[in-house]
Amino acid sequence: MSSTSAGAPQSPPPFAVPIEAQPLPTLFELFWQFMVIGAVSFGGGIIAYEQILLVEKKKWLDLDDFMATLAISQTMPGLNSVNMAVLTGDRLRGVLGAIAAGLGLILPGAAFVLIVGIAYMAKPDHPIANLILAGIAAGATGLLAAITYKIGQGHLRHVISCLIIITTFVLMSIFKLPLVIVLLIMAPVALFIYRPK
Amino acid sequence: MISLLTQLFMTFGLLSLLAVGGGTAVLPEMQIVLNEQFQVDHMKFVEVYSIGQLAPGPNMMMVIIFGFQLAGLAGALTVLLSFFLPSSILCLTAGRIWVRIGESPWRRAVQNALEPISIGLMCSGVYSVAKAAINGPISIGLALAVLAALLFSRANPVFLILGSGFVGGALMYFTSFT
Repeated sequence: MSSTSAGAPQSPPPFAVPIEAQPLPTLFELFWQFMVIGAVSFGGGIIAYEQILLVEKKKWLDLDDFMATLAISQTMPGLNSVNMAVLTGDRLRGVLGAIAAGLGLILPGAAFVLIVGIAYMAKPDHPIANLILAGIAAGATGLLAAITYKIGQGHLRHVISCLIIITTFVLMSIFKLPLVIVLLIMAPVALFIYRPK
Repeated sequence: MISLLTQLFMTFGLLSLLAVGGGTAVLPEMQIVLNEQFQVDHMKFVEVYSIGQLAPGPNMMMVIIFGFQLAGLAGALTVLLSFFLPSSILCLTAGRIWVRIGESPWRRAVQNALEPISIGLMCSGVYSVAKAAINGPISIGLALAVLAALLFSRANPVFLILGSGFVGGALMYFTSFT
């Protein structure tokens, strides 16, 4: 899961080389395959599903390509799994492929959330429903803490990383600065620290 | 209505572009903005976030519930488009540029720089979600139990959260009599 462990390939990947061995998927197949991932990935781990689909099952990307694409997905803003779908869709079938893959990935979750959301809003303000929701919220707090720890644990040994993490937290949660300001302060500082030597 | 949809579009479009390292990084900002501009209270925010974790697919799909609550189906669609389209267009463009210029040491530098910032923002997310969700020994216990189960086993988060809901609900229900 950790984005650090994914790493960038050491040598420039054969990124622009078109895949010739495999026939290009149709738009519908792209949409369908990503929709299956979007529908079965209860509890997360979408990147792993995408790797199995793209590298092992369909061989649309080789592992180097996958890692290079993943690195871009993680660098750019937005959800990594969605970025990954958009980039591979574009790679295989251009802009329409990007739309097909991205839409496929988000549609099942969107439908699920909409139905649950409607049920949530229709919920009579029943004390027991509220207690269950309170329990779910407590559990989700634990989940968020676990995800944060798993992604962040690699940084705990690095003093500079820890300082950046703590400063960002303090600016956001203690000084309560708007996110734009926090990023305008922290991004240049961190970029300077990690600039290519 | 149009102005509400425009406001939703601007809000979630900006959040989309600020989501460095993934959607979770904008969680605290989303909570603040939804509270200040759309009067979504913190507990409601955390409840919607939490039930969103039960959904399959990308983990921030719950944003459309806010759109639906505030402006119906048009609101849900507006939020869906604005939260996913700007970052996707940016990523697609950047991906094409990278294909053309090849791997640059700056890409690695940007990723290295943004990672700890993103983790710091996620810590802020944990903090702000916990402030609303944790209100006593039962919720502390449940959160810690789920945290431990996820760190030390391969349990599926969906079952843990559902279990937490029913165990927590039952515990809070019975302790409310004493």
